[in-house]
Amino acid sequence: MKDMGLFSQLIYYFTHNGMYVLNQFNLTFLVSIYGVLFGAIVGIPIGIWISQNRKLSPIIIGIANVIQTIPSLAMLSILMLGLGLGQNTVIATVFLYSLLPIIKNTYTGMLSVDPDVLDAGKGMGMTRFQVMKTIRIPLSLSVIIAGIRNALVLGIGITVIGSFIGSGGLGDIIVRGTNATNGGAIILAGALPTALMAIITDLVLSFIEKRLMPKTSSEN
Amino acid sequence: MLLSMEHLNKEYPNGKLAVDDFNLQVDRGEFICFIGTSGSGKTTTMRMINRMLNQTSGTIKINGKDISKMDPVKLRRSIGYVIQNVGLMPHMTIQENIEIVPKLLGWSKEKRAKQAVKMIDLAQLPQEMLNRYPGELSGGQQQRIGVVRALAADQDIILMDEPFGALDPITRESLQELVKRLQEDLGKTFIFVTHDMDEALHLATRVVIMSHGKQVQVDTPNNILRHPANEFVTNLIGEERLIRAQPNILSVSQIMLKNPVAITPDKTLDDAIDLMHSRRVDTLLVTNAEGVLEGYVDLDDINRITDATTPVSRFTNREVFYVQASSLISDTVDRILKQGVKNVPVVDAKKHLVGIVTRTALVDIVYDALRGAPATDEEPASPINADIHAAATHEGGESSQ
Repeated sequence: MKDMGLFSQLIYYFTHNGMYVLNQFNLTFLVSIYGVLFGAIVGIPIGIWISQNRKLSPIIIGIANVIQTIPSLAMLSILMLGLGLGQNTVIATVFLYSLLPIIKNTYTGMLSVDPDVLDAGKGMGMTRFQVMKTIRIPLSLSVIIAGIRNALVLGIGITVIGSFIGSGGLGDIIVRGTNATNGGAIILAGALPTALMAIITDLVLSFIEKRLMPKTSSEN
Repeated sequence: MLLSMEHLNKEYPNGKLAVDDFNLQVDRGEFICFIGTSGSGKTTTMRMINRMLNQTSGTIKINGKDISKMDPVKLRRSIGYVIQNVGLMPHMTIQENIEIVPKLLGWSKEKRAKQAVKMIDLAQLPQEMLNRYPGELSGGQQQRIGVVRALAADQDIILMDEPFGALDPITRESLQELVKRLQEDLGKTFIFVTHDMDEALHLATRVVIMSHGKQVQVDTPNNILRHPANEFVTNLIGEERLIRAQPNILSVSQIMLKNPVAITPDKTLDDAIDLMHSRRVDTLLVTNAEGVLEGYVDLDDINRITDATTPVSRFTNREVFYVQASSLISDTVDRILKQGVKNVPVVDAKKHLVGIVTRTALVDIVYDALRGAPATDEEPASPINADIHAAATHEGGESSQ
């Protein structure tokens, strides 16, 4: 093993622990997705709500900002005191961190809808719900998705750190690498899939974001 | 009465009175323009009609039904609404945009599609445009869609808030023709907010002039041009426009001098000469005892007669050119000027003499209308005018009515 180069060591690790890496990959991914999903379930309504009650927006966004400034390791430790070790704590942390980008983007997206269009919609006899469904959400959906995309990339990073409190995942492989002598290849075996996951997620969501951009031209 | 607004008040929480005791009765098929400076409450008043705003007090009734007791959503679906910045949904095709209200009302897909085609024809745009998006249309085309969208569910009342304010003059004119046509051909009732006086005078059947939340004047465009209620209205209309409009709205009776110098046929030559001398004129109009115009006598004709007791009837020139007091200046000015006479007697419907129009006064009006500049006539423009003026302001002719 020692006489192999870093790259061959990496290949060796993958060929022998392929399924294990894949499992950890899925685990990390799912934990991040869950966290962000909960973040979206809570954050999007909050974003819509504060866009209707503009006075609340500085308070809510302020709170979300404060959460964001807490270092993730500290947040994990604090939540661990209450929720204990394991994946739930990490999901909760990802949830908290995803709130800011999701709330902020939802809020911005809602406010970016042309007030004249809203006035026309209301004036033509749309109910509040119809205005929301047929005007506000379609016109701000791509901005909301951009927020989710930010939250997910952020969430993947936090999930990896989450292995410190026993959530498993790709972070475990990295930690093992740091503990081993000459564990460079093992660190890479954890870090490369993590990076890959973040990049792919970003690309996929940016594609979705573009698809959801309201169609405003009959060409193509 | 299709729409009646009574004692409307709108007070904002800061105590500012945006609309102050607004009253208006609107009949079916009328085209009402609200005009005023910004902050005059015209848009606020309009927005209360579809309950985009609620009045502080007062009632609005549509077909006799108090709208404050109606569901605002249903109310709005029955009233067309067009705003200045068009407000087409950018993510919907033109067809979807036109179909918004019909869809809200639950029309079937086929009926909606048929209506969309009908509406785009009404807007005089090609049917292919139905599949385009608003962003692909020019500003004028977008507003055309905006206008017909407000009619798509066959609304009777259309509210328009400065709909053409952002358009270039040529496009604006063609859109004005469109809405005028809709009002005249389809009998739609328009409530139209504008700050463009030309637009208001051109389109409206009645104009509501507003200032600081109060109605200053409510009348037809012609009456407003003819009798501006106060200085504010005059300023809003603009001196230029008033002068240009004069030949079209002024009647002969408004520019004539009243109490012309007249004499009855039974008087003698001496009396005639005395009267001419004392009033300093060279022609006398001859009227009978009832004041009916019979002719005129001229100083030149009198000179040839020597017998001082000759009755006036003997030398009355009976071929007299006269105009009706009620006729418009624009209709008579050509005839008067072509006659080449100095002044023209004005009669009422029964040929009673009621006044006299001087050639100078007419020429002034024609020039002003051409030039659009106000005349600087503190003093009468010519000696003839001065004479007549002096004569007319004197105690008055014997047969004045």
